[in-house]
Amino acid sequence: MTESLIGRNLLAGNEPDPAGDAGHRDHPPRVGFFTDTSVCIGCKACEVACKEWNAIPEDGLELTGMSYDNTQGLGASTWRHVAFIEQRKPLGNAEAGVAHEDGVAQEAGVAREDGLAHEDGDATDLRWLMASDVCKHCTHAACLDVCPTGALFRTEFGTVVVQEDVCNGCGYCVPACPYGVIDQRKEDGRVWKCTMCYDRLGAGQEPACAKACPTQSIQFGPLDELRARADERVRQLHEIGVTDARLYGRDPDDGVGGDGAFFLLLDEPEVYGLPPDPVVTTRDLPSMWRHAGVAALTLLGGLAAVFAAHGRPEGKR
Amino acid sequence: MGVRTWIKEWPVYRQFTDGDRLSRGAAAMSATTRGLRPRTETADKVVKSVCPYCAVGCAQNVYVKDDKVVQIEGDPDSPVSRGRLCPKGSASLQLTTGDARRYEVLYRRPHGTDWERLDLDTAMDMVVDRILETRRRTWEWEADGKRVNRTLGIASLGGATLDNEENYLIKKLFTALGIIQVENQARVCHSSTVAGLGTTFGRGGATTFLQDLQNADCIIIEGSNFAECHPVGFQWVMEAKARGATVIHVDPRFTRTSALADLHVPIRAGSDIAFLGGMINYVLSNEADFREFVLEYTNAAAIVSEEFEDTEDLDGVFSGLHEDTRHYDVTTWQYEGTEVQAASGERDSLYEERTGNGQSVAASGRSESHGSGGPAISGEARRDPTLTHPRCVYQILKRHFARYTPEMVEETCGIPRETFLRVCRTLVENSGRDRTSEFVYAVGWTQHTMGAQFIRAASILQLLLGNMGRPGGGIQALRGHASIQGSSDIPTLYNLLPGYIPMPHAHEHEDLDTFVEAVRTDKGYWSNMRAYAVSLLKAYFGEAATADNDYCFGHLPRLTGSHSTYETVQAQLDGTCKGYFLLGENPAVGSANGRMQRLGMANLDWLVVRDFSLIESATWWKDGPEIETGELRTEDIATEVFFFPAAAHTEKAGSFTNTNRMLQWHFAAKEPDGDARSDLWFMYHLGRRIKERLAGSADPMDRPLLDLAWDYPTEGTIAEPNAEAILAEISGSHVGGRPLDGYDQLRDDGSTSCGCWIYCGVHADGVNQAARRKPYTEQDWMALEWGWAWPANRRILYNRCSADPEGKPWSERKALVWWDAEQGRWTGHDIPDYVADRPPSYRPPEGATGVEAISGVDPFIMQADGKAWLYAPAGLTDGPLPTHYEPQDSPVRNPLYEGQQRNPVRQVFSRPENRFHPGPGEKGAEVFPYVVTTYRLTEHFTAGGMTRWSPYLAELQPAFFCEVSPELAAERSLEHGGWAHLVTARGVVEARVLVTERMTPLTVGGRTVHQIGLPYHWGSNGYTTGDSANDLSAVALDPNAHIQEVKALSADIRPGRRPRGPAVPRLLAEYHRRAGITEETGMEVRG
Repeated sequence: MTESLIGRNLLAGNEPDPAGDAGHRDHPPRVGFFTDTSVCIGCKACEVACKEWNAIPEDGLELTGMSYDNTQGLGASTWRHVAFIEQRKPLGNAEAGVAHEDGVAQEAGVAREDGLAHEDGDATDLRWLMASDVCKHCTHAACLDVCPTGALFRTEFGTVVVQEDVCNGCGYCVPACPYGVIDQRKEDGRVWKCTMCYDRLGAGQEPACAKACPTQSIQFGPLDELRARADERVRQLHEIGVTDARLYGRDPDDGVGGDGAFFLLLDEPEVYGLPPDPVVTTRDLPSMWRHAGVAALTLLGGLAAVFAAHGRPEGKR
Repeated sequence: MGVRTWIKEWPVYRQFTDGDRLSRGAAAMSATTRGLRPRTETADKVVKSVCPYCAVGCAQNVYVKDDKVVQIEGDPDSPVSRGRLCPKGSASLQLTTGDARRYEVLYRRPHGTDWERLDLDTAMDMVVDRILETRRRTWEWEADGKRVNRTLGIASLGGATLDNEENYLIKKLFTALGIIQVENQARVCHSSTVAGLGTTFGRGGATTFLQDLQNADCIIIEGSNFAECHPVGFQWVMEAKARGATVIHVDPRFTRTSALADLHVPIRAGSDIAFLGGMINYVLSNEADFREFVLEYTNAAAIVSEEFEDTEDLDGVFSGLHEDTRHYDVTTWQYEGTEVQAASGERDSLYEERTGNGQSVAASGRSESHGSGGPAISGEARRDPTLTHPRCVYQILKRHFARYTPEMVEETCGIPRETFLRVCRTLVENSGRDRTSEFVYAVGWTQHTMGAQFIRAASILQLLLGNMGRPGGGIQALRGHASIQGSSDIPTLYNLLPGYIPMPHAHEHEDLDTFVEAVRTDKGYWSNMRAYAVSLLKAYFGEAATADNDYCFGHLPRLTGSHSTYETVQAQLDGTCKGYFLLGENPAVGSANGRMQRLGMANLDWLVVRDFSLIESATWWKDGPEIETGELRTEDIATEVFFFPAAAHTEKAGSFTNTNRMLQWHFAAKEPDGDARSDLWFMYHLGRRIKERLAGSADPMDRPLLDLAWDYPTEGTIAEPNAEAILAEISGSHVGGRPLDGYDQLRDDGSTSCGCWIYCGVHADGVNQAARRKPYTEQDWMALEWGWAWPANRRILYNRCSADPEGKPWSERKALVWWDAEQGRWTGHDIPDYVADRPPSYRPPEGATGVEAISGVDPFIMQADGKAWLYAPAGLTDGPLPTHYEPQDSPVRNPLYEGQQRNPVRQVFSRPENRFHPGPGEKGAEVFPYVVTTYRLTEHFTAGGMTRWSPYLAELQPAFFCEVSPELAAERSLEHGGWAHLVTARGVVEARVLVTERMTPLTVGGRTVHQIGLPYHWGSNGYTTGDSANDLSAVALDPNAHIQEVKALSADIRPGRRPRGPAVPRLLAEYHRRAGITEETGMEVRG
């Protein structure tokens, strides 16, 4: 483990106890979301339950043409977002029954990712992926690391929350997030994102989205339990032929030290609009500081050398 | 704050003392953050409620602080929903407390151009004036020389979104007023379910309950978009899937349901009878039926009359067709040696002539009266237990369905035969002693000119496979409104009285005795129908109802045919119907042929709209599409419009009956604000005012009102009637005494009173059984102590079928109820749907009647012969067996019967506003080459009144769109994301285009058929607006239940937006000209 300026590096790598490291003594176990997209029915209850609980304003009445996704992405006023992806790919042992000739979709201007080729008249593979996205509550949250006001903080549950009474709208966190989650609300300038219903957690209640989810696609609980459950679910899916199933954000050794909200996906993360290999943007901050320090010292040393070399007044001769 | 505290609060201090060296955690927390508490914890009270949207019946907790509802979320104790809610349920806080709700009474005077304010009291009095005046002016004592004592001048629509208690008061008051045109969403959603299931099994409700889906080995979802329309109920499909069940979705579109299914089978909209018939043929021709089950529990062995001729004999029609009056004389369909009482009845000599050979009775929606009591047949049918007699039902079935080969299925439905056979094999492999399969459907089956027969076809299949009355089996009818089952059971329907007692018909039911004789069966629990009817009359008319006056049976207004909502619209256009109540229903958007609905309303004298917001049905006079086209001018419209703001479910107490016949009570969290009132309040105070106004009247037409029992306790500052008192009246009591425990205590001597016999016992012991909420975690999986289901709290109907004839479970795996010989009783997990102490060996003595006549192997206790009906010798008006006909407007020639394109007895009305398309092969047919199917989205609800005004839901589906395949897009140059307009003979609408591979062209009869998906939620008002899909649809109805065909119709689609203003009627006229449409188009009986 690299040592930082003030001890252990708390900005990258495996970190088993982020809440403890953030000064929460006797804190409850770290909690999170496991979003199993293989059982998502795309109902968007999570989006609405989130907005109702957190009183988030409606943010746009645009028919996007992106399948049934008219939300488009996470933002200051969208803390849960259900992505819809129509694909020509087989889904495990499921069959779509539809039949299309190749090429017609592109002609009509509908965007989709092409999968396997088909002969005319044969059944076409088709699957409709749905996935509810959310703030990842990273183990190493760059948004929090760069926040100069202390508005963002690590809670006793290991989650990352913006304090609306502290945020001054500087916006440093926005480019810091490797997932593009945290966002400024134009109307008030402050930044907003999923709090994992911090207020509810304090009262022993689960987050609104997980509570509403009709098919338990969104599961909430202690992160350790969720990780075990997710591993088992992937094994199950592989067994029944859904070989595409994989976990995203589960690995504590990944670029953000593992996500507090991780996912079971049925395709590459990019297909869902997720970065394939996110890295906490402050990962190199300690070494950057070190380098900066070395550079500063070098500079100072150089200056000193210059003065040392040329220090004697010449004009006095 | 002391200095020490102040320093300790300083983050920098905390950073160095709290161990949060980077000050990113504990040290950074503000005082506000540390003081956060959820409003679910700080609420003053938590009120138990039920979601007001679909009929899954998700339990809600309503959190109240300072007399304001601050949060609504799922109640985790519910065995149905387990605390979960869909997006609509999750938005119910916005629904009930959002800005879109109105709290003031509005009035539009005749020819007025804008709303005016009115105080509630004045408005109530004005409505009383209108009712009394119109009633007096339009009163009919007689029609065709028969007593009818009624008015056709007033109608009402709505009830499925309301409580049972509200429906009860609506029907009770309007019936006493002589208003018969009382209808609700149940007509346009699931009326054909009641006709289809009721005639087959004896009850018209879903035969099982949602949680039981988890026990199914195979689930076929057809005619339903389960995951989208009933998302929380869909969790039980996911449970089944997790246990290894196979899930098959048969649907024209690949939907969110298909996405989770193992197999999606695209089908041509409207061809489901061909598909199901093909499966029936597969089962019969492979002798894959569950023979012992079929032989003992169905009428397979019954021998049918020699006079019966099948569609096989008559090129697509059954015997008894009267082409001139468009109806079947059903007498030839009988069992040998029996007769149907309903068809003969008591008639005078001129009756046949005057009513068109019984057409008026056939049209009076009688099929739907089998919602809890099968059609009457008298005498015993001869049986052939070898099933070899050529006229036994089994053999008739075999011959009838022999045509439905895999090739025919492929040609009709566009389903490749290999796919079809795979479905057949999966279903058969998952049926039998050890395994069960369940069918799930919704309005994809009901809304056709053959809706009842779609459901019949599935019923036959499930019976042949032995999948009825058993865990994981049955037929799940998914209903779409919070209490649409309740508004059928306690009907706000023209043809029914509470408990599926038919409304009396002028010609058949002149007194109580003839009424009872014509309706009751000789055998089973429906034989006690007189007790149910008399107890109802006691509940309606109280002390005034005595044996001497036939218990005021004469007070009931009489039918003379169909008076469904679609006849009502025509009566409005024709000027007969002058006053109209809309009680939580939006026909301008939600009923077929929206334009006809609006034009009908424009011809009214007065209209009362009760809703949350200003829906399209309230404002058509100033901003409807016909104002835009210039067909109507606001100043010319004489209709007076009253808008009364309605109370939300959180503001009133009452019960909803969910899709599985389960009543759940919701408590009031607060009183409604402003002038908003419940419909209970509205009806009660309306009735009270009317009774006060008529006090002392000697006019005989006012007698029913003066006799009406209308004393209900009220409470609170607004004098809200006590809903539980009304539930108690519905549940029933010994007159002036103890509450009743169940319907077997009902008597026909006036000693019992009961407002709805099938709900008898819901208030047993004076306890509100519907309010029971024992957490499911503290019960077994049946959760019988949550709510109360009719009948008698049974959850799986006909569960005697889960045991073999000797009373033993067919298999341990599928055990449900069984005979306990030691105790001498039926016992098990569910409450036995059977005579509790009747041994399997019991055989009724010769000449036995009533309950005594139910044999030990008669599981269908509401049926006249104790058996389920594979073949329906009575009860349906369009055939004893399902037959595939094409939809009214179809681009495809019927591949099955060349000589018969459409259901010969479908109900069609050709009017200038309601023209049909030429049939395939006829001149002009090519003008409407595509198939449109309408549907719902998860994010919206029916005609949009409860969702389009909600910003949280509107932003999720913000525009009216159509879904088309890439192939159709290419054929018609439709651009993804662009605009298209769709045209039928009725109207033109524009929609955004979604080109998606989820829509697939089908090969039908050697040609390509393109289908277009069209959600029907939009209208011109609300937070998201758009054209209404129903402006395209026609009034073409199922003859059994008068349900409209909106799931399959032909249309044209063109790129770009529709024309505006007067160019709209011009465009339609041009289409009429090109297609050669006349009054006769599409009206043929034969051919």
